[in-house]
Amino acid sequence: MSDTLASHMTGVIPTDNHANKFSVQKLDFFYGDFNALTDITVGIKENAVTAFIGPSGCGKSTFLRCLNRMNDLIPGTRNEGRVLLDGNDVYAPGVDPVDLRRRVGMIFQQPNPFPMSIYDNVAYGPRLHGVRKKAELDEIVEASLKRANVWKEVKDIMGRGGLTLSGGQQQRLCIARVLAVEPEVLLMDEPCSAIDPTSVQKVEDLMAELKDRITIVIVTHNMQQAARVSDYTAFFLQEVAGEPAHLIEYDRTASIFTSPRDRRTEDYITGRFG
Amino acid sequence: MTLDPKPDDRAVRLSEGSGRPNADAAPSAGSGLSTISRATYFKEAALQNLFLVCACVAVAGVALIFLFVGWRGWPIFAKVGLFNFLGGYVWHPTKGDFGILTLIVNSMLATLGALALGAPLAIGTAVFLSEVANPRIRDLVRPAVELLAGIPSVVYGFFGLVLLRPIIAKFSGGLGFGLFTVWIILAVMILPTIAAISEDALRSVPEGIREASYAMGATKWQTIWRVLLPAAKIGIIDAIILGMGRAIGETMAVVMVAGNAPVIPNGIFAPFLTLTTVIVMDMPYAAGDHRTALFGVAIILFVISMIFVATIRIISRFGKEVG
Repeated sequence: MSDTLASHMTGVIPTDNHANKFSVQKLDFFYGDFNALTDITVGIKENAVTAFIGPSGCGKSTFLRCLNRMNDLIPGTRNEGRVLLDGNDVYAPGVDPVDLRRRVGMIFQQPNPFPMSIYDNVAYGPRLHGVRKKAELDEIVEASLKRANVWKEVKDIMGRGGLTLSGGQQQRLCIARVLAVEPEVLLMDEPCSAIDPTSVQKVEDLMAELKDRITIVIVTHNMQQAARVSDYTAFFLQEVAGEPAHLIEYDRTASIFTSPRDRRTEDYITGRFG
Repeated sequence: MTLDPKPDDRAVRLSEGSGRPNADAAPSAGSGLSTISRATYFKEAALQNLFLVCACVAVAGVALIFLFVGWRGWPIFAKVGLFNFLGGYVWHPTKGDFGILTLIVNSMLATLGALALGAPLAIGTAVFLSEVANPRIRDLVRPAVELLAGIPSVVYGFFGLVLLRPIIAKFSGGLGFGLFTVWIILAVMILPTIAAISEDALRSVPEGIREASYAMGATKWQTIWRVLLPAAKIGIIDAIILGMGRAIGETMAVVMVAGNAPVIPNGIFAPFLTLTTVIVMDMPYAAGDHRTALFGVAIILFVISMIFVATIRIISRFGKEVG
């Protein structure tokens, strides 16, 4: 409980004794022959929000998708180096990417509800993983929609198609859908770039509430958003077209935005490029 | 409150200025906008009419066939009564029995059996092509499936007659003409139709939905079964109905292996006659009411395909509303 209280107090800067949820060591990522990311070493703090910022095409989404092995679905991709989740290499032989993705949920830029009812969207994950009882499903669906800040808007229209909702509501429905499988980590790939401002506010609010129990990584183009929602910020940059992108700087968000150590970070944050 | 006189002056000048082009409605040479030339105008109009004519040919074709078949077949309804024609199960035209219920049932038996065998196979093929196969294998399998659609139906019939019938005769103990042989031939014939349209339906499911499912910790099989097939179900149902249309209308291949006895088959290896095969069997010698009755059968076939097309349209509209 003290944890919850602390994170609701304004102005509390998270301490650095957060444990690393993910430890990425010397990661290189390739699309075919193209080396998209190189030498990424970073620790993603547990139960905190980490923002990945950088210009378009700097590999931040690609890196995000390395964390739950979504890149496995793209033929011709491979990586070198290690990605440790709670100390275990997610790319080790024998690791089941399906189970990894249940633990490390993902939200995409375009809201992508399934063409089924709101209820069935949220119940999809629990059903996949064997929950059959109606009462239990009802409970999970309600709790997940509440945590995703969309319950009030949909509680009376649970049978309606998920695609009939507005874009922002769809995105929060997608968040509820992911939360229903109780992930430990939530990867958000520009979750707010295609939705209305009211929904952006609600998504940012729910991130603040969720981070007590869930490690959140958000890719964003919006530096104000990174500054508002994140505890830690990583700045990625591809300096030369055709060359791999690097992690330029990674620190507490307050430090990155007030006293960046690297000239390039400062240039980006002050809007000199990108 | 002191008013600067200048804005008033300006307003007057502006209104004068903006009034000028309105008063002079006809475009002047100096306006910068060129007028449409007569040649361009006529070319555009001619092309539009050409396309209209193309579209009218299709509509006229349907109308003419319907009118012709209706005109030639209608008297049989008047003579024996629509109810007796559709509801009578004895087809013995030389003795004056014109009941086609047996033929309707037989056509349905042939079609539903072919669907039961062919649709799962075709949908499985579609899933394989759209979700499972790597590009190299896909480029091998898809043309093969498409080729199936291009084989003339008489070749299917020939294949069934020469290759399939003896095998079926051996294990069924009969002659090998009959329902089961027709099912297999028709199942293969409708496979490319259903597979191609189902594959399109699966491919048109947005990539984001696939990713969402995988990102939830779903396996490929779970994603296909619980998300992709339901998402594509309208297209797949369309595909199945088109396959039904193909199966119920198929004549040549069926007539070669069906055995063509005008009775309801008493087993899956028994011979039978359908709505289409009766026409091709009897037309060469039919005269008088018999001939008229065959046109009556054609009307029924026409109505059945109209029902199929209407069903597809209704389902698609329903699908759009559901989103």
